[in-house]
Amino acid sequence: MKTRSLLTGLALALLASTSAHAGDVRIMWYSDGVEGEVMKDLVGRFMKENPGINVILDNVAYSVIKEQLPVQLEAGNGPDIARVTAIKELSKHWLDLRPLVKDAKYWDDNFGLQADWMRPDGSNQISGFMTQITLTGGYANKTLFDQAGVPIPGPKATWEDWAAASKKVQESQQVPFAMAIDRSGHRITAPLLSYGANYIGSDGKPAPLDKGARDYLTKFVGWAEDGTVSKDVWVSAAGSTYRAAADDFINGQLAFYYSGSWQVANLATKIGNNFDWVAVGSPCGPAACTGMPGGAALVAVKYTKNQKDVAVVMDWFAQEKIVKEFSERTLFLPGHKGVVDKGGLDFKSDNAQAKTALNVFVDSTKTTSEAALKLPGWRWSDTVYAAIVTRIGQTLAGEMKIDDAFTRIDSDIAQKVKDAGR
Amino acid sequence: MTTPSLSSLIMAPINAVMRIIDAPLRRLQKATGIGGMAAFFLAPNMLIFGIFVLLPLVINFVYSMTGGTAFFLSERDFIGGAQYSRLFECQNYLDPMSCQEDAFWTAVGNTFWFVVLQVSLMILTALITALILNRELAARSFWRAVFFFPVLLSPVVVGLIWKWILQRQGLLNFGLYQFGMDPYTWLTDRDWTFAATIGVSIWAHMGFYALIILAGLQAIPKDLYEAAEMDGTRPARVFWRITLPLLAPNLLVVVVLALIKSVQVFDEIYVLTGGGPGTSTLFLTQYIYETGFASALRNPGLAAAASILMGTVLVVLTLIQLGIGKRGENKGKR
Repeated sequence: MKTRSLLTGLALALLASTSAHAGDVRIMWYSDGVEGEVMKDLVGRFMKENPGINVILDNVAYSVIKEQLPVQLEAGNGPDIARVTAIKELSKHWLDLRPLVKDAKYWDDNFGLQADWMRPDGSNQISGFMTQITLTGGYANKTLFDQAGVPIPGPKATWEDWAAASKKVQESQQVPFAMAIDRSGHRITAPLLSYGANYIGSDGKPAPLDKGARDYLTKFVGWAEDGTVSKDVWVSAAGSTYRAAADDFINGQLAFYYSGSWQVANLATKIGNNFDWVAVGSPCGPAACTGMPGGAALVAVKYTKNQKDVAVVMDWFAQEKIVKEFSERTLFLPGHKGVVDKGGLDFKSDNAQAKTALNVFVDSTKTTSEAALKLPGWRWSDTVYAAIVTRIGQTLAGEMKIDDAFTRIDSDIAQKVKDAGR
Repeated sequence: MTTPSLSSLIMAPINAVMRIIDAPLRRLQKATGIGGMAAFFLAPNMLIFGIFVLLPLVINFVYSMTGGTAFFLSERDFIGGAQYSRLFECQNYLDPMSCQEDAFWTAVGNTFWFVVLQVSLMILTALITALILNRELAARSFWRAVFFFPVLLSPVVVGLIWKWILQRQGLLNFGLYQFGMDPYTWLTDRDWTFAATIGVSIWAHMGFYALIILAGLQAIPKDLYEAAEMDGTRPARVFWRITLPLLAPNLLVVVVLALIKSVQVFDEIYVLTGGGPGTSTLFLTQYIYETGFASALRNPGLAAAASILMGTVLVVLTLIQLGIGKRGENKGKR
């Protein structure tokens, strides 16, 4: 009798755990700033409103999203939902939410502008939505500029103007470097486009590096050699590994730092009152004054065994009021058309510099070039970015000449295209 | 009535099982002979070895014969030895830039120099450390623990600790600054960074090898040293004629293990330098990892081919060393 009771108890426990498992939705999430905390809070609220669904938020490093998630997805595994940046490259792994969400038209109307960025070419799939729209842009250490008596270059200033002004500040204030750009193909693409570069060939595949790209890269390497641009961040890794120069800016070691809008919260939190800083948009080149758009998307993974619950979670987080709250609390630019059109975002920050910076980035979206807008949805973007970062990194480390780097970049990209076509 | 002892309680179920399997095993031995019984008892181990070592090796080899970016074998095209040809396509193997896969040959060159320098320096320091720790020292156990402690650290922790020490605004530069010296960018200078990877790797692993050598030193009969002392033999001669020959088996184990570990170097160096500056600390395992998993449009076939080549080199090196060891043993017997 005792054994039978024990077995019955075990069976019931097993059933209970199975049913709990059926309602689990696992989200793989990474954070640049405070969004992990905000998301944790929102997940808590979601579960209170939807007691049948247990959302598990796995906070991971960005490198896990970049390097391990693609492997999991290729093997047909992975979380139910993920926050990713390689949204086009991995689009074949995303779940089509169109038949699952409450109101597909709401999704089309509000997230339609970026829908192509995250779905396979030629489909009308709803894969998810952008948790933030980002735009690359520069930050100046205003205190250093003021102390050096160098005026901060104006909105139409060129990359050369910024290099010259930052160099003066560097020499006057004895900081290690005048400027730094994150070790990232996405970041360095912005000035390349401003110099007239075009990555996309007439057949939709990568074109060889053109004059615009070569001109800026030659200038960039020259600036690194004369100490204007920090080469530390670019030589600090091999291959296409991402490295941000944010810490150097936060530590007051840089006059000008080129990164993007996602750094606003990070800078506001970590710099505090140590010095004054301003966002300055993207410097100009001969062809444009563009930044590179991008961002992170929350996407549903098609290997989920829990499609209905995943759609409920996605619908909840895509609500206008939730997107607005998320953006206001994280200081991210929203990717929801309704929220953008209505305006009136009240960014939750006591830091006036952060609020001003966000407005600068909102303004900068107006000067984003057509070429820049195409790249987030182009299949080969990451391939081009990786080749540029790898070879320019080697050039700055003294391993090759810039002309050899150009040849290698073209051949690396051609080889990748060939590999992908096998 | 006597109470059963704890050991008899533990042995009871084992004995019961033995009684059950005794008869079938006897029949099996009768049928297969002693050789068959050896195979029977080895089978479970071989099964695990086969599933977790041999099978992945075979699958890896199959991958190396396929192309494309897909992970599933069914979605990959068979391309024969094209990945190997690509790795070997080179005008001058000593100039990686003349090779199609320049990163691979750079990694081969870096790994070669790393192995030569790291293994030789590490064995030397491990030997010296073990000789010192084998002497009558005050707080000997404490010192043994101190030298062994880094072995217990996770490689990521080792990498991070040394990064904090060596980076531009790190502890070392802070110290130099306090002494009025100019700070230096240790991790952006190619030569210093390479030296740092060797130093950090020795610091992290030396304790383990020192422990093996120490065990060997303690196994050498004391009377040999006493006899040498009575004969008035000089300490250097004692070392070369007694200590080193009797340590040879332990040193061989240390060399084999250190060499394999050194060729496979990855984690702490990846955290410390990321393979930079440029590709000056890019080692083979990182090349394989990045090619197969971390780069845009991964190439698992090329990564598999590189890992097969690396595995082959390791097997050859191990066989050479074991051969040398065997020859030494045979000489000793004669």
